Amino acid sequence: MESLTLLLQIFVGAAIINNFVLHYFVGICPFLGVSRRVDMAFGMGCAVTFVISIAALLSWTFTFYLLRPDAPLPTWLWQRLGGDPSVRIDLSVLSYIMYIFVIASSVQFVEMYVRKFAPKLHKSFGVFLPLITTNCAILFACLIILRNLQDPAQLWGPAEALTLALGGGVGFTLAICLMAGIREELELCDVPRPLRGAGITLIIAGILAMAVMGFAGVDQNLQDAIDAFLN
Amino acid sequence: MANGPTASERFLNGILPENPVYRQLLGMCPVLAVTAAMLPALTMAAATAFVLISANGIISLIRGQLRPHLRILVFTLTIATFVTIADRFLAAYLYEMSKVLGPYVPLIIVNCLIISRCEICASKQSVRVAVADAVGMSLGFTLALTSIATVREILGSGSWLGIRVLPEAWPNWGIMVLPPGAFLVLGLLLAAVEWWGQWRAQRMDYAVAPAMRGQQAQATGEGMEEANSWKA
Repeated sequence: MESLTLLLQIFVGAAIINNFVLHYFVGICPFLGVSRRVDMAFGMGCAVTFVISIAALLSWTFTFYLLRPDAPLPTWLWQRLGGDPSVRIDLSVLSYIMYIFVIASSVQFVEMYVRKFAPKLHKSFGVFLPLITTNCAILFACLIILRNLQDPAQLWGPAEALTLALGGGVGFTLAICLMAGIREELELCDVPRPLRGAGITLIIAGILAMAVMGFAGVDQNLQDAIDAFLN
Repeated sequence: MANGPTASERFLNGILPENPVYRQLLGMCPVLAVTAAMLPALTMAAATAFVLISANGIISLIRGQLRPHLRILVFTLTIATFVTIADRFLAAYLYEMSKVLGPYVPLIIVNCLIISRCEICASKQSVRVAVADAVGMSLGFTLALTSIATVREILGSGSWLGIRVLPEAWPNWGIMVLPPGAFLVLGLLLAAVEWWGQWRAQRMDYAVAPAMRGQQAQATGEGMEEANSWKA
């Protein structure tokens, strides 16, 4: 039960309270670029959620078994090759290169898979899929999940990693769909000329960010409520 | 490889005419995330400049070996290498600042500005042009970051680079150092730049149009000369 509460906290934290777009400013490029129509925004959000989950799980696996300090595989290899057993193997300096490699290749594989087995979906995603590689939200999720790399006691497990990835993806979808809905209405408004395009979008994003700030502390309340319910 | 803009053109274009933030809307994550105060903004600008210049130089050196379908992967891996160097350097020598910047230093890897410069300039032109382009773009990016950070720090904490500039009685606008402030300031600054551009274009129209219509058009600038020769 303890762990379920933690997972719920991580999910709500990533999706609403510390929304990836409106609190951490990651994934701003698609947020400004692909938020003209709600259906396109929703497609983009689903694609990002999907890729973010795969990339987070893969990079967690690789980091846990290959790159973290005292990771099992390189240690075994080192001792097999006759290295000094007291030496501590730490490849974590390679982690950024590994994350971006994992993200780029998982985007490539997802694109191939979707093109082969769901051509209709592929058509509706269009150009967004390859563009996801340079979406900061995915790299950011990997970085957050593995930020305690040097401290094994605090390192998250795969369940926490997947929950944060899903929460981040849902938060991204929520933000981009809200923005697309507002921008569809905005088409009919008389916006001052210099503000048209990115200017008014950023100001609306600022107002949305103020609204999201109102959720601060909800996770603590949620935990208290669950505790009260259990006891 | 002599075609394309020259080094000085690339350099000047990056600063104002093609400013990465105000004109091209590239690299928005750090622009919004680290501009609550001047010091982190300057550190971020320096780190981005280091990565941009090194990556542009290296990509330009190996541009003959690039394969079209693998080029983006090569770009990202090169950038990731330099970002790792910058990140380790910050953690070693500016530990407090690297704590403040947090995940935004590794996020330089996916800064669209750097990939777009590698794609547009470095993979096609010589090292000299590529480095000049990177320096110009870095200056333009620094200008954008510092302009936003100036507004946010002065209004939000009443200081600039940590030095108090507004009177003590100034009520700090808390919203400016919080996430919504970043969106609002960037939106309004973008509108201001846009407004200035439109005003200048309008004034140019008034100033240029009669001269163009006149019999003895005076060629004052390169653009005018070009326009006149085209008319003739």
